[in-house]
Formats: sequence, structure tokens, C-alpha cells
Amino acid sequence: MSDTHAQTELFVRHEMIPPSEPPALETGAIKWLRENLFSGWLNTILTILGLLVVFGLARLFLPWFLHGVWNANSLGECREIIAQTWGPDASGACWAMIRERWNQFMFGFYPRELYWRPVLALLFLLVGLAPVLYSELSSKLVAAGAVIAALIVVLAYNYGVWLPVGMLVTIAAVSAILDARGAKWPRNLLWFSALYPAVAFWLLWGGSVWLPFVAVLGFVLGFIVMRLVSAQLGAILGASAGAVAAVLWWSFGAGPLDEALIGMTGTARPFWLQTVTSDQFGGFVLAFTIGVTGIAASLPLGILLALGRRSDMPLVKVISVGFIEFIRGVPLITLLFVASLLLNYFLPPGTNFDIILRVIIMVTLFAAAYIAEVIRGGLAALPRGQYEAAAALGLDYWKSMRLVILPQALKISIPGIVSTFIGLFKDTTLVVFVGLLDPLKGITDAVRAAIEWKGIYWEPYLFVGSIFFIVCFSMSRYSMYLENKLKREHR
Amino acid sequence: MTMVSDTPKQRFRLGMLVYDTRYRSITIQTVVGILFMAGAWWLIDNLLSNLAQLGKSPSFAFLWNRAGYDIDQTLIPYTNDDTHFRAMLVGLANTILVSVLGCIAATVLGVVVGVLRLSKNWLIGRLMTVYVEMFRNVPVLLWILVVFAVFTDVTPSPNEFRVTESMLAEGIEPKASKIVFDSVAITNRGTYIPKPLFERSLGAIHIGFMPISLNTLAILAVVLASFLGWRALLRHATRVQEETGERPTTWWKSLLVLFAPITLLLMALGFHLEIPELAGFNFKGGIRVSNAFMALWLGLTLYTAAFIAEIVRAGILAVPKGQTEAAYALGFRPTLTMRLVILPQALRVIIPPLISQFLNLTKNSSLAIAVSYMDLRGTLGGITLNQTGRELECMLLLMLIYLALSLLISSVMNVYNSFVKLKER
Amino acid sequence: MKKSVFLGTLAATALLAGFASAGTLEDVKARGELICGVNTGLVGFAAPDANGNWQGFDVDVCRAVAAAVLGDASKVKYVPTTGETRFTALASGEIDLLSRNTTWTFSRDVELKFTFVGVNYYDGQGFMVKKDLGVTSAKELDGATICIQTGTTTELNLADFFKSNNMSYQPVAIQTNAEGEQQYLAGACDAYTTDASGLAATRAAFADPENHVILPEIISKEPLGPVVRQGDDQWADIVRWTLNALIAAEEYGVTSANVDELAKGTQNPEINRLLGAEGNLGEMLGLDKDWAHRAIKAVGNYGEIFAAHIGESTPIGLARGLNAQWTQGGLMYSPPFR
Repeated sequence: MSDTHAQTELFVRHEMIPPSEPPALETGAIKWLRENLFSGWLNTILTILGLLVVFGLARLFLPWFLHGVWNANSLGECREIIAQTWGPDASGACWAMIRERWNQFMFGFYPRELYWRPVLALLFLLVGLAPVLYSELSSKLVAAGAVIAALIVVLAYNYGVWLPVGMLVTIAAVSAILDARGAKWPRNLLWFSALYPAVAFWLLWGGSVWLPFVAVLGFVLGFIVMRLVSAQLGAILGASAGAVAAVLWWSFGAGPLDEALIGMTGTARPFWLQTVTSDQFGGFVLAFTIGVTGIAASLPLGILLALGRRSDMPLVKVISVGFIEFIRGVPLITLLFVASLLLNYFLPPGTNFDIILRVIIMVTLFAAAYIAEVIRGGLAALPRGQYEAAAALGLDYWKSMRLVILPQALKISIPGIVSTFIGLFKDTTLVVFVGLLDPLKGITDAVRAAIEWKGIYWEPYLFVGSIFFIVCFSMSRYSMYLENKLKREHR
Repeated sequence: MTMVSDTPKQRFRLGMLVYDTRYRSITIQTVVGILFMAGAWWLIDNLLSNLAQLGKSPSFAFLWNRAGYDIDQTLIPYTNDDTHFRAMLVGLANTILVSVLGCIAATVLGVVVGVLRLSKNWLIGRLMTVYVEMFRNVPVLLWILVVFAVFTDVTPSPNEFRVTESMLAEGIEPKASKIVFDSVAITNRGTYIPKPLFERSLGAIHIGFMPISLNTLAILAVVLASFLGWRALLRHATRVQEETGERPTTWWKSLLVLFAPITLLLMALGFHLEIPELAGFNFKGGIRVSNAFMALWLGLTLYTAAFIAEIVRAGILAVPKGQTEAAYALGFRPTLTMRLVILPQALRVIIPPLISQFLNLTKNSSLAIAVSYMDLRGTLGGITLNQTGRELECMLLLMLIYLALSLLISSVMNVYNSFVKLKER
Repeated sequence: MKKSVFLGTLAATALLAGFASAGTLEDVKARGELICGVNTGLVGFAAPDANGNWQGFDVDVCRAVAAAVLGDASKVKYVPTTGETRFTALASGEIDLLSRNTTWTFSRDVELKFTFVGVNYYDGQGFMVKKDLGVTSAKELDGATICIQTGTTTELNLADFFKSNNMSYQPVAIQTNAEGEQQYLAGACDAYTTDASGLAATRAAFADPENHVILPEIISKEPLGPVVRQGDDQWADIVRWTLNALIAAEEYGVTSANVDELAKGTQNPEINRLLGAEGNLGEMLGLDKDWAHRAIKAVGNYGEIFAAHIGESTPIGLARGLNAQWTQGGLMYSPPFR
């Protein structure tokens, strides 16, 4: 033992060993694979199972997907083409149906020569949304604006109608004036966002421009009265007076003025659009009409309900709680049936209003109850100190809500609110059960009833499903963007 | 003191109703109350005058008339000679069945997906994300219709299960065959599953109009007793362990206590399964589960599971990382960490949103209308409403029942929630 | 709150369909449009084409009434109704006229307070099965799985039929005809039952109609006809006599092609009274004397309507059968115009 020691030569290394390559198993793709896919027997099994599932699905659907036929006039023709190209046993999708019935899926039975109107309403929706969704002008926003403007011009050119361009120019001009007076893009488009419901109503249903005009006048009047009275008598009386003035205007002033104006302009071009009745709505035009209106109307209503539920006033609280719990306790389908079967029982005998409007009201009430609960959660999550601080500053109830509480509560509630909106948009498909032509079942059934497309199941579902997916997925991504943007505490 | 008494006693002025916070809330409530009452009065007045004009008077007497229609899935005995009320109960039972099974399946699937989505496995994580996003962002109606189309269009017809003499001779396999030990047949007529039968029955007792099998009761009682016995055994073992420091072996005793009594009981009752067999055009024997039920159940399950997966994931992520690290530091393995440290804490975050998912699933079960599953809406709000023309009464009853169901579920789940909630001492 | 008021105002001014206070005729005239409840889609009877134009046998009744009342057969707004919503839509005044293959039954007429103005199609419930099933009579359907459309009288008839023949069956409830077809073709049910006309229409649209047979048994009487609200007799009379005018026109040989010629006056006083060349039948109804002329001009006589939408030359290919004129051995019999 000691011998070996004695004979050992002293060795001192003078330079470092150059770092050797890591073992092949610990680098590059192999390392990644080992760490991420095969890090243990459980993970290995899971990976193999996952691969099998992916492979199985691909084997099942990919050929069907790729064998798809885009040019055919009927399902039978599609199958013939597939049999000719890929052999008699091959299966394939018949995308030709989508090509053929694209318009029906998008517009339902909206008159063909008027397709520009819903499209324009959608483009203007984007314009109106810009100042609501984005607060700063960015190059992306400018590019999007340019694209929208170009699309509107193309639309006008294709349909030979120059109204859209006129509206676009008006919007740009008014906004430019506001811009010059200090309101910056896209903030200075807010006036258009406020006006948008009236514009969209006019574009979608047509008729005289004066009807939405006098309706908007009511809001303007109410606002002016509110301002004047508030200055004299305080906010509460001001708001009440404004509401009363608006209601009086709508009940008594609006009708005669509307008739007088219509009498003056008649059906002259820029003041009149061909009327489209609600039964011609269908497909995604219907889904968007119901969805967007429901979303826009349910948020304010939901906020009011949430505040009502947290109110100190027992009566207000009881009414809010009763309403919220009732709506949340029943399925939307029953509410839609109420809209279509029972609502007429609760209105004065003989009155009867549009089924789309009835459905919108029900969908709005439904979503509002859910939003109220989401916002209530946000309100409850705020530290008590915020309420006390607002009170200590001498802010009254509405001011403290508007300036201190709601901005924070709404920020907390964004994910919940957006998922309620997504739910609302998805729920627009249920209107098929009260006889409206929604894209998912209504239009699909109508297409399948045609002799040439009888027996087509998967393609329409896939198509409609993808569109819903795109819309809902972008909404949820936007909510994540907004959440990150508004996250102040972690900056 | 003098200062206080010196404050001028304000005389009541009308303006104080609006400006004085002491009176303002009363004023507002009065106004709201009047508006509310006026609105309600207006609606009811309209209702009454409309009904008078139509010559109808609200009455629930129609519930006791003969229904006259058949229902294809009846959990409680029903023939077309029974009343509308009973048809309603059949529908209600169907609604409850699909909701309960849906909630169970969605929870299981949702928890699995939610946990797997957090897995370090890249592929699995991605697959689960795709699943969740795909199912969350598409209307549930579509999934129900798609599953329904799969069941009616892709599954084989009973005929394809047929094995004829000539096929046996030539060694040709039938186009389709039963699965799970040759006991479950999935066909486009419905799915046939084995039916539990007893050779010696204990009979049944009738509670009201609902016969309840004594066999079922006996089995339930035995299972419950075994479970309680098992718990007592474990408690005893723990006590011994605490006293002597050594834990007695319990596994075989546990097995015995848990499974022996039920096996004995089943043998005594002559338990056997009736396997569905192809006879004539259809499968005979076993329980037929309609495609409508399968479509609704699977559609709701897949859809709701995507939401539950997100809830589970958020719940797990809400547990601070320090908890995991502390568990690792104590030497727990990952699975044990999950089971003993993470999940119990995550559960508190998970339960409340889970309740609302259960409620949503129950309410979404009314989409049975899309596949004509005879749920509460299909019977009471569908055929009964149609045959009797009593839309007001039927819809009212329908909404009240759904409301009661919702309240019931949320109160039961709230009780459970208070069990798992952090007990602050 | 403001939002709802706004919507309410819109509703009140723009979308309000009308006040049914005076009478349906006045409402329709004031509105300039007839609101007609139809099927959501049953080829041959009422279905929209790719452009959203409604067509069919039931639709032509609406068109005829619009032509008689408003002078323009295109002034009709069609409201698609399901089996469930149709009666409420009519009772609540949402529609003026329900022309949606609706069976005339005692309870609907008396208890639900409607007026059935006549019968435009005599139907009966039948069964369709696949040929290779080898069934030739409905009596052989014991134990079969049967697809039924709900919300109609069919499920009650079916229950009664099987009960009286002491047979059992497995019902598969379906909501729409499209769904019924899907299930039946996929083999989810052995037999599909609905009105025989509906079966014929459905079978006609199959890729292989020859492989499906409609069984000979007709298990019920289904007189289908237009329905109006009870209590507005003038309106009921207008719809009733418009329908009768179409039926009578066929009997007298008045067609859409020769109606202009005949309206100038003929040897047949019955035709003259019908077309307004003689007497004032139209004014008695609250219309003008050309009402029947316009209706026939717009849609043709009963035989023409039948032939155009569901007759033997169409894909649906129904024979006239019970729906032939009484002179041809059928049940179509218009009371005299005098």
C-alpha cells in the first residue's frame, strides 16, 4: 500500500482541461426530448399515448380533409369526383357546399344586392370599437384603419353605392376637426362609437334615416337637460330630469318629428335605405346582430345590477338579488321560449314586436345577470380602504363609483366579463329553437333540406365551428392582452 | 356641551328628501318601489286582459289529464295512459340523470385534463391546450350535434353484428362486434349495456307511485356499512399505531371488510348480468341507452370538462410555489406532493367556480331539444305544452322546476364548500 | 335603463307590427302586408329556396289571401313556426293566418280557440320503411324502433295505433323533418312516421326512393288547413272563401291562364259571381269585386297549386286521391258562390 504511494509522482496540472462536449444525451434535440417527452416512465407512456392519438386522428381525418372537393354542384357530384380521383373507397370532404352556400351562411336571406350593408356595419363596428379597445395610436392601428377604409371603398365600388364612402369621409372629417381641437386619435372617434348603434340599426334594417336620428336626439336632449339641471339642482335631480326629458321626447316629440322629416325627404337616396325585415336575417349576420347588441347592452345593465346587489337600500338589493338569481337559475332556452311564447301575454293586447328584438332583450337580460355576478366579485375583491378613501375625499356615491371603485373592480373582472361575452356569443346559436335561422342549426338544416346537399353533416359543422372558434378565441386573447396592459402592480 | 345643544334644530324641508343622506335612501327606495310596482302591475294587468281576450283561465288541472304519448327513456314506470304530471316527472328524472352523470364525467375528465395540462410533458401539455381551447370556444350545441351525428352516422347498425352460418363457415368476421368483453354494443339504434339482474328478489316497496327495489336498498345499505366498517378499522389501526408505535397490517382486513359482504349479498340475491344479444332486427336484453342520451351526455361532458380543466389548472397554479418546494424539502415525491399538499389547498379555489359549472351543465341539459332527448323541457315544455296549449302554465312550471334544481345544487355544493373551506381557528 | 327605453322606442315606432284592435282585415290593410305562419321547411308545402323566397302548397294559400286582400301576392311576410310555436304565434296576434299543415281537431278548434277555415289537404298518418326490411304492413311493426316528429298529433296517433293493435314499439322523438330523415336513413329507426304527404315529400328527396316503401295503412285522419283566431269572423270568412274560391275555380275550369278572359263575363253565372262580373260577393266580404280574380290570377286554382308543388309531375309526386274534386271522387267540395 505504502509502496504505491511512494512511487507516485507529484503531478500538478498547468493548464485547464478544455471543456469537453456534453454527453450526446444531454444536448440539443435529444436533451429536449429527454426532458420534455421522456423524463420518466409515466411521461414516456403519456407521450406514446399522445403520439398515438395524434397519429390516429390524423389518419382518420387528414385524407378526408385533403380529398376535399371545392368545385361541384351537389353532394352526389362531390362523391363522384372523389371516387374518380382517389379511388372508390376514398372518403372526402365536400367543401363545394361552403363555396355554394357561403352567402347563405353569412347573410341568411338578406337581399343579395344589399349585402354591402351588413358588411359595412361590421367594418364600422371595428371603427367604433377602436377607441374603446385601444387607447394609443399605434402603427398597427393605422394599418388596420387603412385596410378598413380600403375595404369600404372596394365595397362601395362593387355595389355601385357611394353612401359608405360618404359616411367614411364624414367620420374622418369630424374626427380630424376634433383632432385639431385637441382630442387625439383614436380617442376622437369616441363620438362615432356612441353613434354606432343608430348607424348599425339603420344599415341593417334600412328604412328612413330619421328614425335612428330622432332616437339619438332623445339622448342628446336628455344629456343637455341633465347638464343644465345638474348645474342648478345637483346630480340626482339632474339625472332624473334628463331621463324624464328623454322619455318625454321619445313618447311625444320623436314620432311627429320623424314623420315630418320623412315627409320632407321621402325615399330620396341618402335618407332612405331599402327596408329589410327581420325574417330575412339569418346566418352570421343574425349571430353578430344579437351578439354585439347583447354585449353592448348587458354590460351597463350588469354594472347597475351589481351595484344594486351591493346597495345599502334593502328594496333595491332585494329586487336586484331576485332578478339575478332568477335569471341565473333557469336555462337560456326557457327564457327564449318565454320570449317567443309568453312575452305577448305580458304586453298590451295586440302589441307585437319583432322576434329578433325580443330575443336580444332576453339574451341581454341573461348575460347581464351573469355579468352582475362577475362584477360583484370584483367589487368584493377591492380592499375596504378604497371605499373609505373615496368617502374620505368627499366624493358622493356615483363619483366614488365612477372614479375610484368601478375602474378597479372592472379591471379585476375583465376575464370574467369577457368569458361571459364569449358565452353570450356562443349562445346566439340557441335562437334556432324559436324559429330564427342561426348559422349552426338553422342555416345548416336549410342547406340540408335542399335536394343537392342532402346528407351533408360534417362540413357545415366544421365550417360554422371554425368561425365561432376564431371569433371566441380572439376575444379571449384580447382579454389576456387587456389584463396584461392594465396590470399596474407588477410593472 | 353648549355647542352641541346650540346646533340649530333643522326643520324638515322638502329638499332634504333629495339632499339629506338620511332621507335620500328612503326617497330613492320609494321611487324604485313605485316604479317596480307599477311595472309589475302593468305586466299582470296585461296578462289578465290578454287571457280574458283569449278566453283562457290559468289552471293546472291539465296536469291530471291522460298524457297519451310515449317516452323512450323512462326511469320511473310510465305508459301513455299516465298523466301529464307523471310525464313531467319522467322528464325531470331524465334531466337529473343526464345532469348528474354529466357532472361526474366532466369532473373526472376536467381534473385529468387540468392536471395533464400542467405536466412537463411538452406534447401532452400542447394536446390538452388544444382540447381546452377547441371545446371552450365553440358553442356546446355544436358538440352535442356532432356527437349525435357520430352516433347515428358512424356507428354500425345492429345488422352488422350478425354472424350467419355461412360467415362462420367461410371465416368472415362480422363488420362490427361488441366491446368490453363482448358485453357492450354500440349501434346506431343506441348503446346496449349489460343489465344487472337478480334471481331472488326481495321485492319492492311503493313510496307514493314510485316503486323502490329492496335489492337496491339492501346493496346500498351493505356498501355503506362496509365503508363505515373500513373507516373504523383504519381508525383502530391508527390508534394502535399511536399507542404502540407499530401499525398493524390492515390491507387484507380492509379488502375483506370492503368486498366480502357485498359479494356475499350479491351471491345470495343471485346477481348476474344480462348481456344484450342480437335478436331479430334489434339487440334484445340489457339496457338500451339512446343515442340522444349519449350525444347529450358526451357533448355536455366534453364541453364542461374543458371549463373544469381550466378551473383546476387555475386552482393548482394559485397554490404558491413555496408549498411545492416545502413539500419537496420534506422529501415528498411529486405524486404525493400533489395529493397531500397541492390539491387540498387548490380545492378551496376550485370548488366555487366548479359549482357554477355544475349549474351550467344542468341548465345546458335543456339543449336536449337539439337531439330530442325527452328531458323536462321535452315532456312538460314540449309535448305536454303542445297537446294542451297551456303555454303559460307549462313555462311557469318549467322555470320554477329549473330554479328549484339550481338552488338545490348550489346549496348542496355550498355545504360541501364549507367543509373543505379553510378552517380558521 | 336608458338602453332598454331606447330599444323600447325602436320597437314601438319601427318594428311594431300593428295593433290588432280593430280587426285583422283593417290591420292587414293598414300594414300593407299579410303575416303568415308557415312551416320552417317542408319541401313542397313551405320551404325557402336559396334566395329566401318561400314556396309551396301552404305558401300559396298565403299568397292567394294576400292577392285577394291587398292586391299583391308578394305582400306576405312569412314567419317560420315550429310545431310548438305555431299556436302561440297565432293566438298572440304575431301572425294573421297560420298555413302550416295543421290538423283540424276538436280540441284545437274548441279548447285552443281557433277557427279552422277549411281543409286544403286531406292527409293521414303513414309509415315509411326500407324495402329490404321486408315489411308490408304496419301491423308487422311489433317491436320496431319508430321515428316520430314531436309537437304534432302524430305521437298520439302512434300511441293509440300500437295500443289498439296490442303491439309495442320504441319511440325515437325527433324535432324536424331534416332530423327525421337523418335518423331514418342512418338506420337509427326501422320506420319513420308522419303525415303521408310528408313521407312522400321526404321519400322523393332521397337519393334512392325506390328502396323505401310507404306502408298502405293510414292510421289517422289528418285534415290539414289554414287556421285563424277565433272571434274575428270577417277575417275567417275572407280566408275561408279565398280557399273555397281556389277550389271552386278548379271545379269550374277557371285557371290562372284564362281567368282574365273569363272575368269579362261568361255564360256560367257561378263563374260570373265568383270573378265579380255579377253580384257583389266581394263587397260582402269587405273586399272589392275582383278579389277572387286576383287570387286565382296570382296562384292559379287549387288543381294548379297542387300540380305545381306536390303533384305527380313534381319530385314529390303525390296523387290527388282524397284531394281530387268531388266530381272526380275526391273530397274537395266548395260550397256554392251565391
